[in-house]
Amino acid sequence: MTEKKKLQIALYWGAACGGCDVAVLDTNEFILDVAAAADIRFWPIAVDGKYADVEALADGELDLAIFNGAVRNSENQQVAELLRRKSKILVAFGSCAHLGGIPGLANLVKREEILTTAYLANASIQSGNRTIPCPETNCDGKKLEIPVLYKRVYRLADIVDVDYFVPGCPPAPEQVKNVLLAVVQGELPPRKSVIGASDRTVCDDCKRSKEEKKIQRFFRPFEIIQNPDRCLLEQGLLCMGSATRSGCGVRCPNSNQGCRGCYGPPPGVRDQGTKFLSALASIIDSKDPAEIEEILSHLPDFTAYAYRFGLPASILQRSHRS
Amino acid sequence: MSFEPKIVGFLCNWCSYTGADLAGTSRIPYPANVRIIRVMCSARIDPTFVVQALAQGADAVLICGCHPGDCHYSEGNYKAMRRFPLLKQLLKAYGVEDDRVRQTWVSASEGQRFAEIVTDLTERVRALGPSRIHPELLNDQRER
Repeated sequence: MTEKKKLQIALYWGAACGGCDVAVLDTNEFILDVAAAADIRFWPIAVDGKYADVEALADGELDLAIFNGAVRNSENQQVAELLRRKSKILVAFGSCAHLGGIPGLANLVKREEILTTAYLANASIQSGNRTIPCPETNCDGKKLEIPVLYKRVYRLADIVDVDYFVPGCPPAPEQVKNVLLAVVQGELPPRKSVIGASDRTVCDDCKRSKEEKKIQRFFRPFEIIQNPDRCLLEQGLLCMGSATRSGCGVRCPNSNQGCRGCYGPPPGVRDQGTKFLSALASIIDSKDPAEIEEILSHLPDFTAYAYRFGLPASILQRSHRS
Repeated sequence: MSFEPKIVGFLCNWCSYTGADLAGTSRIPYPANVRIIRVMCSARIDPTFVVQALAQGADAVLICGCHPGDCHYSEGNYKAMRRFPLLKQLLKAYGVEDDRVRQTWVSASEGQRFAEIVTDLTERVRALGPSRIHPELLNDQRER
């Protein structure tokens, strides 16, 4: 009896928090079935392995590479290109790889400002410190290198050809299972599809009652006692459900939190933030410019809210300050 | 060659486009820098259109609708009015200068006013210089 050839897989994280890797582990016992059905050739968070091991593979030897995290530095890019070469299927997994994610908010500021805040000007930094990471340093006559921090954050698909996208911050464990099973069973949709999600919006799937939407004031979640059965937006609580792809199981609104938009725009929407802006501002209950300004003043950082998970995927992508 | 601003103007069908038309039929001169797109109502102007215009090389965007209270669809221009301050806030975060986007109300009888608005906007944007959003630099991996 010939043994069926095991699936060869790799998982990697770029600019990410590690939550996507945890989401894979959150499939509980299922991960043991994966380990039984597949050879995990590379997965920094869980198994020992070096880049050289991946480089030693033949091109296309991996059946599946799951890449989470954005591309923020030269190391992220090198590994993204390496895994692309070695894999038959490359999946952008989670909001950061899919849309740029939370690291993508850095695109609203300049690299130099980030380095200054993090290494020179922060209140917790010893005064007089002038140490800042440099891509190259000479130490005892030897050249030391660290990855180059790029000027801005990229989605995985900006850097390499991506076969499938799995949205979510993190993707729901149920969706992780579905994706892995689809690969094992060879039942994949057309290339470039978003998988592990639906074509509806979070609002479509939300069970809260929806009446006429009119907002007289925006509230932070701690400022009011919310009605758990009524649409959050109608209560003045920000919720991005109207401009967000569903498939998460409406996890946040079901937990009394507004949708944060992590599954990205629904099909047919190019820019999640401007679509949300359009929907949200339209329902402000005022016809007086000064009053409208006053109501909007309760949204201290709308841009970062609207693009919490997808600034690099937005039409303008980054700050265009001089 | 001197800089000629490219301005995309979104005008509502009922008041502002008619107003612009009146400027034309009344032979009121105004700069040819504005490229007019007629839409049915100022509420139809999705903020996505505005950022898309800027991303594709517009130096400025002009949004015109009926005066408040005069909307052909009763309340469409109020929706446009509510979106605009938030859109300005969003564009500011992206580093787009304030003068590059303007929303104003032009009635069907205000051909003169339309000509003045376009003249003023053109001069302001000319002073500002070309937009810093370079369509060819969006998605460019060389910009590391």
